[in-house]
Amino acid sequence: MTHKESEPVLSVRDLRIGIGKQNAILHGVSFDILPGETYGLVGESGSGKSITGLSVMGLLKRPLQVTGGSILFRGQELLTLNSRARRRLRGDRMAMVFQEPMTALNPLATVGRQIAEMFVIHRGLRWSQARTKAVEALENVRVPSPEERARSYPHQLSGGMRQRVMIAMALACRPDLLIADEPTTALDVTVQAGVLELIAELSQAEGTAVLLVSHDLGVIANMCRRVGVMDQGRLVEEQDTRALFERPLHPYTRGLLAARPRLGSRTLAQRGRLTELDEVVSSDERGRDQPTLVTPRVFSGATP
Amino acid sequence: MSGPLLEVRDLHVHFPISRSFPFAPKRTLKAVQGVSLTLNQGECLSIVGESGCGKSTTALTIMGLQEPTSGEILFKGKPLTGPNAPARKDRARIAQMVFQDPYASLNPRQTIGRMLSSQLALHGIASGSDANHRVAEMLTRVGLTPDHANRFPHEFSGGQRQRIGIARALMLDPKILVLDEPVSALDVSIQAQVINLLMDLQETLKLSYIMISHDLSVVEHVSDRVAVMYFGRVVEEGHWHSIFSRPTHPYTRRLIGSVPDPDAVLTGARPVPDAEHLPSDAIFFPDLSHPADPHVEDAPSHLVPIGPDHRVRLAK
Repeated sequence: MTHKESEPVLSVRDLRIGIGKQNAILHGVSFDILPGETYGLVGESGSGKSITGLSVMGLLKRPLQVTGGSILFRGQELLTLNSRARRRLRGDRMAMVFQEPMTALNPLATVGRQIAEMFVIHRGLRWSQARTKAVEALENVRVPSPEERARSYPHQLSGGMRQRVMIAMALACRPDLLIADEPTTALDVTVQAGVLELIAELSQAEGTAVLLVSHDLGVIANMCRRVGVMDQGRLVEEQDTRALFERPLHPYTRGLLAARPRLGSRTLAQRGRLTELDEVVSSDERGRDQPTLVTPRVFSGATP
Repeated sequence: MSGPLLEVRDLHVHFPISRSFPFAPKRTLKAVQGVSLTLNQGECLSIVGESGCGKSTTALTIMGLQEPTSGEILFKGKPLTGPNAPARKDRARIAQMVFQDPYASLNPRQTIGRMLSSQLALHGIASGSDANHRVAEMLTRVGLTPDHANRFPHEFSGGQRQRIGIARALMLDPKILVLDEPVSALDVSIQAQVINLLMDLQETLKLSYIMISHDLSVVEHVSDRVAVMYFGRVVEEGHWHSIFSRPTHPYTRRLIGSVPDPDAVLTGARPVPDAEHLPSDAIFFPDLSHPADPHVEDAPSHLVPIGPDHRVRLAK
């Protein structure tokens, strides 16, 4: 790693995405991720959190396109790179874990081959060497009997195991940035805990920066040091996780925190109603830029 | 009526597994192994557990969409399965189901009004303007407007589609609703609205719910009683408060301990509450340190009462 430790791995500035030039979907999003940091993006479906992740990877599909702003990866502007150069970064320096491992993995190739491919393409290893490395990679994500599992096809593995394979593949080349888009939404809670712990441990051991996209506040709170809240294509609030839960500033964040059912909150006496989001935040307060409430690190210059 | 509304007695559901070669021994997957449940009038019974534990199979059997291998299901003391079972048309007026993904369960080429009124015509309850009137009434009841009847499923948001799913289930005025993960496909911001709607409807229409869910915070909020399933068996069941304040079976404790809790950031990790005190020779079943094989018959076990309305499965 050549970059200084304090410099952000990823720095997104005023990123705009639209369908053509007319219909804007993302209205200027800015955030930084430092090495070894896990940054959370939370919001409901359609808030733009997933397309933010995809645009960093360069995987936006037509008709979606970046219409403005900049994405700096280790100081290098990604938006002006040609597709060849971006493809070389993808899987090597930056990698992604998707929500549904069954659709993201190739059903016709063994998982060992799919992981080995990373080493062949990005490291120029021979297939035989790459296979040994693939088994090691499976061992790192704590897949039991990795040699046997490397010969399995995706459909022969359980959901939790498939997600571990995805993580092994993503981390195979020790990327500087891992983008995890709802990595545990399709998994059971007991399996989810293991997968999240794994991502946290590996990112700490390797100093990998993680962009964690999720709608689950519990997952975000457990994993992230800093959180950005997205609503209707805007980053409406960004704070350290603790501060966000203690003092949510934007009305939307307050609504989101109030609307979730909380374990241990029900009293024996009665079954109360849950607070609904629109009882806390009115629709004209939603998706509005409120610069005074947003406290991005980039503008305040503070480091965590 | 003093007895339970619905009673599931020693339900077993087995599935044959294709043999690996022609003369290999026959194998069966025991998805549900001796589940007994009771649902009282006006109650919400939640079945929790991870995927593959048999909770959805249990629900499908209650709905009559899956034949039980053995065991029986009684509605107000009368069998719902076996030779004396009511016809499917009559069953439809006893229990209805709300599915997890409302979009997948709605016909994309049918307007909402047509879908809702066709049930009324099929059962000979109402037709023509009377049916339209009932549809309008039901749409209002679930928080939509009567003119939504002319629209197609794709014109609605996720939360609205789930409201339609609920309206569809309620058209025939059933006594029991089986809710299969009713909010897990919805955004956090929408979940609260649908949960509130379900709780309101339960009260006004005097409904009884069987809710299948893996989201323990929702379960705690809505349920009266909770049954925890693991590998085809109920391992712990009881009043919601006993289950959540004194989870006793190691699996229940693990389940509650795995819920990512945002409040833990502020207050530190919340410990799993104390277990009910058990005699020292009691052995929990199944033993979590040795994963169970669903293909083989295993040691006998039974549910032991450990408190008022609180039972846990121990090895015999």
